[in-house]
This record gives sequence, C-alpha cells and structure tokens, in this order.
Amino acid sequence: MHTIERRIKYEAELDSSFADEIASAPGCETILACIQCGTCSATCPLSIYMDYTPRRVVAMTRAGFKQEVLNCFTIWLCASCYSCTVECPKQIKITDVMYALKQRAIKDRVYRNRRFPIPVLAREFFKSVAKRGRNSESRLVVRMYLKSDIFQFVKQSILGMRLWSRGRMKLRSESIKNRKQLRALLRSVDQRNKAKAQKTETGSGVRV
Amino acid sequence: MKYLYYPGCSLRCTGKAYEESLQAVFDALGVTLEELQDWNCCGATAYMAVDEMKAFALAARNLAIAEQQGGGASPRMVSLMVPCNACFLVLTKTQRYIVQYPEVDQTVTAALKAANLSYDGRVIIRHPLDILINDIRLETVVEHAKQSLNGLRVACYYGCQMIRPYATFDDQYNPMSMDRLLRALGAEPVDWPLKTRCCGGSLTGTIQEVGLRLNHILLREAKKRGADVIATACPLCQFNLECFQSRINRQFDEKVNLPVLYFTQLMGLALGLSKKSLGLQRLFVPLGPLPASQERGDHVGV
Repeated sequence: MHTIERRIKYEAELDSSFADEIASAPGCETILACIQCGTCSATCPLSIYMDYTPRRVVAMTRAGFKQEVLNCFTIWLCASCYSCTVECPKQIKITDVMYALKQRAIKDRVYRNRRFPIPVLAREFFKSVAKRGRNSESRLVVRMYLKSDIFQFVKQSILGMRLWSRGRMKLRSESIKNRKQLRALLRSVDQRNKAKAQKTETGSGVRV
Repeated sequence: MKYLYYPGCSLRCTGKAYEESLQAVFDALGVTLEELQDWNCCGATAYMAVDEMKAFALAARNLAIAEQQGGGASPRMVSLMVPCNACFLVLTKTQRYIVQYPEVDQTVTAALKAANLSYDGRVIIRHPLDILINDIRLETVVEHAKQSLNGLRVACYYGCQMIRPYATFDDQYNPMSMDRLLRALGAEPVDWPLKTRCCGGSLTGTIQEVGLRLNHILLREAKKRGADVIATACPLCQFNLECFQSRINRQFDEKVNLPVLYFTQLMGLALGLSKKSLGLQRLFVPLGPLPASQERGDHVGV
C-alpha cells in the first residue's frame, strides 16, 4: 500500500529569511532579480547530473526551501566554471550563490552523508592550508580517500604510483616559513566572523 | 625584463612540468622570473566553499607581499605572473571584491593589519599568455624560434577560470591568445569549440563517473577535429585530460591517445630547448616526433 505524501509546502514551513541571508553574501545580492529564464541550467556542463538545476536552486533559495537546497547534490557538483555567471542576463553571480550555499551547508553540517567526498575534500584542504599555508596535493588526496572511501583509495593508488614514478607526486608536505603571520591573519577573520554571527543572532531574536 | 612570479601549489607537484617549461621558456626569451617570497596557497575553489572571507584574506596576503617585493614608488603598478588558472582567478577575484564590497575590503584590511601587512591595490595579475602576447610580443618569440612546429595540429584548451568570469586579456567566448602564439611558431590550431568548456576540476577524484564523462567529451571532440596534441594552460586541466585517458577509454569504449602538453612545453620545443628541461619525461602519453623539423624562417604569420 503506498503512502500518500503532501508534495507542496505551506508557506509557514518555509524559511522566509533564507533568501535574505544568502543575498547578503558578497556577489549574491542580485539573486532576487532572477527572471527564471533557465540560461544557467542550459549552459551548465553538469546540470544533467544535478537533482535540481541551477535555475531551480535559485528559485528554491528565494522561496525559502532551505533544507531542500542545503541537502541537494547540485551545490556540490558545481565545479566553479563560471559559465552561468557570465551568461546570466540579469548578471546574477550564480557561482557565488553556489559557494554561499556550500558554506551554509558546511556550517550547519548538512551533508548528504558523512562520507560524501566533496565536502570532505573542501574541509581537508581548508585545514591543511590553515596549518601550513600551502596545499600538498598528494597528502590531501590521501586524506580525502581515507575519510570518504577507502576502496577508492586502493583503486587510485595505481595512478598515484604512476605519478610518483614521473616525479609528479611527493609525500613531504609543503609549508610557508611565516606560519605565525598566517595564523594572525586567519584569526582576525575568525574574530570578525564571530562578531558578525553574534550580531545577526541578537538582531533576529524573534525568529525561531 | 623581470617579472614577479607566483607558482601556486600544483606547479610544485602534479604540474611540475608546467613550472619547468615556463622557467625554461622565459629564460630562453631573456626574461627573469623572480619567485614571490614565502607565497601561500591561493585557496582555490575549496576555500571559497568553506569560508570566503578567509579565502580573500589568504589571497590578499600574496597581493600584499607582491606589492612589497615589487617595490617602487607608490603610483607604480607591480605585475605578478600567475600561470595556474585557479590561482589566476582567485587572485583576480579577490582584487575585484576588495574594490566592490566594503565588507570584503574591511575584513581583508583588518586581517592584513593583524599580520603586519598592507595592500594598496597596486598589483596587476598577469597570465603568462598575456605577458607573452602583450609585453614580449609574438615577433620577439618568433625571433627566438629554432625550429618550426610545422603542421602540428593543436587543440588549444584554455579551460574555464582563465577567461571566466574575468576576461582580462582575451575574449571570453573565443579566446585566441594561445592559438595565435602556437600558430606563430608553426603549429596548426584546430577549430575546437570546446576550448573553454569545463574539465570538471576535482570531480575526477570525488565523483569519478561525472569527471570522466566531462573529459571524455573534450577528448573525443579534439580527436574528431583532427588534433595531434592538446595544449593546456592549467595544471588541473592537464592532469584530468592526460592521466585519466586509459580509464576513459575503458569506460566509454573509446580509443583516444592524445598527448596533453602545457603550451609552454610546445613553445620550448620550438625554441629548441631540451626535452628534459621542459619536463617532457613526466608525460603519461608521450609526444611523438614533430611532423617536420624544418629550418626556421619557413613559417610566417603572427
């Protein structure tokens, strides 16, 4: 017996502040100007793999379908090729919208599952650069596979060996000299981020 | 002539041959490349996905160092050569957002101050193709040529982030700088409309079936258009197009065997530089002998 599900949301179930929140990120302010023409979806080389096309992601973000948007595959598939951004007739920087959505999903820890490799890669990259100032490709890839899919690690190791034999891979990690300076730089941004988060929290006290 | 130079992480690892050939070519042209002191990772696409303000601050540290190292009186601009497409975009984007968004400007200025640095907006991010065409000029490059790439059919692949979204030195829809450069050296660029289509970046490592499909489309079309070789300007594009060819062939029942070289490696061959100095031994798909090694002077056209 199949269960009957309600497919349409009531307005009360949507997050009305979500659009404003995304629109406040640099580059995303024009999201409300979208005319839903679908040029972004047509030009995107990855839209055939997406669960929601970029046009729908923009519409859903504006309407406040927060959970659906943050949980979708689309935002992670975006490879930042900027085709949509240059083609959009309303000059919406859709790549930046995708970045803002990824950030929000990482912040809220909303992933499709914990071992989904794309956010794992982003976080590992982030951590390694914050620590050493440089990204060591080989180590990054190894860490990503260990944290997402060990089977893939075994599968990819042949490629790793081939790269190694041509001097295109090394296990020693690269680092900048002035790591103290880098820490001070990133700490300053952290402080500003925190101050901003507190401000929005107190500013929207009525919201549940 | 001298340029400040920002290599980026990939040119120290999978894209080593790009740095080797770039250095060799500029050396042969009599241009010195001075590495940016203690440069840090640009942040690439991953940093923007986690915290874009940190991404801007990271990139700005490089800009601040470039301004300091480039020296000169205050109104003087400093050119910073950035060969990797991803680094090129992130550094350019950071500059633009500092100007466009007061919030980015304030955050970056505060972060640089905390790190005892400052940035006045005097750096110009330059791609090596831009420098070769607009500063060194094709005539000079051709003068240095020792042999012609005569008849070598090249599919020039620009990838995405070099000309999108900021077309600073070439056309956004049909970039021609690499085509012109290689044509001047005797090669025959093929008409290949996918020259700016995305290779998928890190998708070959994360969601492989999708990444392989994108690269298959590029390779198949290049082969169909009669290319002998693909020329790239980005370490990730080169890696994706070259290192996954055998897997693509298996998965899509295809028979592609196309060498994928950095445009600087092809240039180096025309300038008569040794294969080793250009890092050709690092290729997975080796480049066969050039079609006809004719004496210089046979080719014309700039």
